[in-house]
Amino acid sequence: MKKRVLFLFAAMLVFGTVLAACGTSGGGTSNGKKDGVKVAMVTDVGGVNDKSFNQSAWEGLQKFGKDFNLKQNTDYKYLQSTSSNDYEPNLTQLIQQKYDLVFGIGYLMQNAVKNVAERNKNAHLAIVDSVVDAPNVVSINFKEEQGSFLVGVVAGLMTKTNKVGFIGGIDSALIKKFENGFKAGVKSVNPKAQIFTQYAGSFDAADKGQAIAATFYGKGADIIYHASGATGNGVFTEAKTRKKNGQNVWVIGVDRDQYDAGLPEDVTLTSMVKRVDRAVYDVSKMVKDGKFPGGKTLEFGLKDDAVGLSEHHQHIPEDVLKKVDEYKSKIISGEITPPKTDKEYKQFVANLNK
Amino acid sequence: METKRANKWINALVPVIAVILGLLVGAVIMVISGYNPFEAYGSIFQMVFLTPYYAGETIVTMIPLILSGLSVAFAFRTGLFNIGVEGQLLVGWLASVAFAIHFADWPKLVLIPLCLLVAALAGGLWGLIPGLLKARFYVHEVITTIMMNYIALYSTNAIIRQFLYADGERTPLIPDSASLSSNFLSNITGGSRLHWGILVALLGAVIMWFLLWRTTLGYELRAIGFNPDASRYAGMNVARNIITSFAIAGGFAGVAGAMLGLGTYHYMSINASFTGIGFDGIAVALLGVNTAPGVVIGAALFAALETGEVSMQSLGIPNDLVEIIIALIIFFVASHYMIRWTLDRFKKGGAAR
Repeated sequence: MKKRVLFLFAAMLVFGTVLAACGTSGGGTSNGKKDGVKVAMVTDVGGVNDKSFNQSAWEGLQKFGKDFNLKQNTDYKYLQSTSSNDYEPNLTQLIQQKYDLVFGIGYLMQNAVKNVAERNKNAHLAIVDSVVDAPNVVSINFKEEQGSFLVGVVAGLMTKTNKVGFIGGIDSALIKKFENGFKAGVKSVNPKAQIFTQYAGSFDAADKGQAIAATFYGKGADIIYHASGATGNGVFTEAKTRKKNGQNVWVIGVDRDQYDAGLPEDVTLTSMVKRVDRAVYDVSKMVKDGKFPGGKTLEFGLKDDAVGLSEHHQHIPEDVLKKVDEYKSKIISGEITPPKTDKEYKQFVANLNK
Repeated sequence: METKRANKWINALVPVIAVILGLLVGAVIMVISGYNPFEAYGSIFQMVFLTPYYAGETIVTMIPLILSGLSVAFAFRTGLFNIGVEGQLLVGWLASVAFAIHFADWPKLVLIPLCLLVAALAGGLWGLIPGLLKARFYVHEVITTIMMNYIALYSTNAIIRQFLYADGERTPLIPDSASLSSNFLSNITGGSRLHWGILVALLGAVIMWFLLWRTTLGYELRAIGFNPDASRYAGMNVARNIITSFAIAGGFAGVAGAMLGLGTYHYMSINASFTGIGFDGIAVALLGVNTAPGVVIGAALFAALETGEVSMQSLGIPNDLVEIIIALIIFFVASHYMIRWTLDRFKKGGAAR
């Protein structure tokens, strides 16, 4: 018995060293070419496969790397956080590895970015979906209310029951922008439409998303717009079940093109895409050109093609799309300002009724 | 006598062997997936011991883990499984932060001890409930503590959203008068978040040791852990002791929460899911064979591995692999019977079974 155990250990060790010798070829020799630019990002706990903004940000960084011939892991890379405890060490490590720009993805990292920026005055940081007031941090924000307004226009024109729904993740200033923009869009083209709104209280509760969607569809809504991360997966499940049973219902996706989430029943009417990838790309490029916009808050909107309808929108008829384009140019020209808060929405509706 | 000493020696040896086995199997997995384990473990060592910033951050991670491990170990000594550390930690976290914000203008020397006390009371209360249910109605504590975790998670979230909301899905920052952070500690560790909570955690370990081994209460608690029926026969009040044990264990967990609120973050966030510290505490207690010094060492190891995740990621080794190694270590500790059996074989010189 003893011999057998010993043999096993020996075998493991030999096996280990042999393979280890083969494994080292990858890293090691990175000749620090200084003319290039090094950019990196820290994800929150969702990781780069979250089908949402982390993934989108990483796609932007990868494209940036490809376009400028950068090497992954030495010139551009990401670190994933396993808990909120990791935010600061991850950001700090990337700064210590001399990355020229480090992104913190998501408003949960706001305080960590602020602390790290204070301690590393020479570092350049960026925060997505939040604002950090520091000279060496650029804040990247999106005008979600503009894109949501446009999908609201689609929903308002296409509803047959005159009832639509909005499902939010967590009731916060950020998600309120989606809600109020959407409602304003619906009311602009269909003042009589009834809009149901509910928050699931979480971004990862698919069961709750499904329950709320069941209620909305049950009350007669035929289009639901969700801004609730993975909670929305439940909305898709409910819509697919109903479609299979012959009910004509739709979901409007969020953040990225959620066409695939609606398959095979094909329930995705369109998605309100938020191009975090484009923003990450643009800001990285600014740093490459030596124009880091430190201390500024950048707002990406319709004008920059950073929010709007997804490529998949084949179920939307031509005349509705024409209307969408009309509103799009009105928003870009400033003729219409979609509301962000409940207060602004009330005012918006009051102005409509005049 | 001879066998008793030998047993003690084996007791200490088993976790060490488990860790080594875990690292070894982890190395094999790394090799199979094409990574260099020497480089990986080397980078962890270098990071945790030779880089002041990460040494500091390791201790920051270690502080709540110690207290969480103490909580599990304490209850376990009375034969109770405290799976509810997570919930007790959350209520302790919220209580300390809320208290600090509410009494922001009190002097530091009064406010910090009171915040810790409030956290301990809140956690203790959260532990008291499953204790009561167990003692009076024989409801199994594993079920009640798990449910109490969920109640804690969602009620703390609701309370923050309702009464203490600040931008970024969290409470406002606590006042400086309640902060455990210190510029001195931060400066000597290259600007890490290291705070005075480490003293609180170590004091917690001493308190646990003292309570269990130097007081009558501790004697009774341990006796009940060995055999509740015999203890009842000997005239001990088993029900009351179960409640006390759970309340004290909850108190430790509550203070662990205060460490996050007053030390690491300076606020409490709305948690989408559990922090994991409570569950890691179970493993830490297991690794530390439910002794105070063992828990401190176990927490240090876990914290080092967690910090090491950062350095291993930089080598391109995925996070999941680190999680697997941690899981392997727990696995081997949990299967200590297997290791003990093997050790016995070795001792007897490979005698036939």
